[in-house]
Amino acid sequence: MNTTSILPLELRDVSYTVGGNPLIRNVFVSLAPESRTIILGPNGAGKSLLLRLCHGLIKPTAGSIIWQEAPDENTSNFQAMVFQRPVMLRRSVAANIAYVLSLHKIPKPKHTALIDEALTLAGLTDLAHRPARVLSAGEQQKLALARAWVTKPQVLFLDEPSANLDPGATHAVEETIEQIHEHGTKIIMTTHDLGQARRLADEVLFFHQGRMIEQTPARTFFGQPRSDLAQAFLRGELLWQTDHDVAS
Amino acid sequence: MPDFMTVMTKAFTLVATFDPNLGEIVFLSLRVSLSAVFCATLIGLPLGAAVALYRFPGRTSLIVLLNAFMGLPPVVVGLIVYLMLSRAGPFGVFGLLFSPTAMIIAQTILIIPIIAALTRQVVEDLWDEYAEQLRSFGASTSRALPTLLWEARFSLITAVLAGFGRASAEVGAVMIVGGNIDHVTRVMTTAIALEVSKGDLALALALGLILIVLSLSVNAAAFLVREAAHKHHLA
Repeated sequence: MNTTSILPLELRDVSYTVGGNPLIRNVFVSLAPESRTIILGPNGAGKSLLLRLCHGLIKPTAGSIIWQEAPDENTSNFQAMVFQRPVMLRRSVAANIAYVLSLHKIPKPKHTALIDEALTLAGLTDLAHRPARVLSAGEQQKLALARAWVTKPQVLFLDEPSANLDPGATHAVEETIEQIHEHGTKIIMTTHDLGQARRLADEVLFFHQGRMIEQTPARTFFGQPRSDLAQAFLRGELLWQTDHDVAS
Repeated sequence: MPDFMTVMTKAFTLVATFDPNLGEIVFLSLRVSLSAVFCATLIGLPLGAAVALYRFPGRTSLIVLLNAFMGLPPVVVGLIVYLMLSRAGPFGVFGLLFSPTAMIIAQTILIIPIIAALTRQVVEDLWDEYAEQLRSFGASTSRALPTLLWEARFSLITAVLAGFGRASAEVGAVMIVGGNIDHVTRVMTTAIALEVSKGDLALALALGLILIVLSLSVNAAAFLVREAAHKHHLA
């Protein structure tokens, strides 16, 4: 892992608007190292969009996203992302990981050890030479985690990584996420699954209709959420308030 | 005029005995067409992929042009290459006219748009699926280009095959720039045209049979490669 810390990550008045439609609105947040941050909210809250903004896949239309101590604009060596439906390259499991190492200009002699380490972490060692596209959905997601982690990023963004998985595969993916976190990688993950948020979160960012409603430690959020919307969400109510209700 | 069965029998006899003249023509045809396909692939694949990935002024016009040039008239290409390579032309000094090299140049020009246009479509479709993931890995567009070509390798066989089909069946351009000179620039298609005009239908038919068998063989081989790739989930 690169020794220069790029955390905390600060979002200062970040908004993202498409065709006059605000999808992310005036978000101020500071994300500290180490803790597992879960971005929680109903569908359409802007969770995935926020991850893409932080990861640099899209630029905010207003405000700024600031990485601490980033040596230059390019923070791709420090952070990685796993998508809800990751793209598996048409090659073997090991070659999928090797591709990322090549992109990061890591010398070839180091590849074997790093690939072995990543596959061991994800429990995929036996599948190293199998084409990635024949893996089950759960195995593909674990490969995506191993592939993202192989360069030892300081921050790993996870966009609903177990949304399409059965409970067994979800458990395996969560275990892999725990291990990655234990290796010192900051986890920032979206989910709309309350159970998963309870299991993994140290801190919760609750989003609704593009606004950050609250940022609280997980224990506080699940015990005594500050906002009415979060309380309603935890009670399992359908959140359908208008923009005006949210703003007020 | 000989009857159909007589011509067929003679044609099969020529193929079975593998007449040396026939062999020479077949070998030259393959040399010219495969060389042209090789050159056009080297140019067409990256060109098509670049048009798919990069956004620049005139891109839409270039796409329309590439698509339109898939149906480029061979005689027009032959004529332009003829003018370029003739003694008074800008490349006349190289003395390439009426040589296999001139035929390769003409066929390359003919099939570049086919390979480039089909590659653009394949790579653009793939880019829709891969763009976010590759950007997340930190891949620049220039780095994504060879990756996508490799990922699409089995689909692109079809593009290369389309180029080979065009090259091997083409007669107009190679006739103009090659001159159909015996033992020098005579290929299967020009020989067929000549033998028909001379009335030697058996030789023409024998060449036609070989042309069809070659085309079938190349396509069958490509099909098998694609099937194997699908079986191993690489395509």
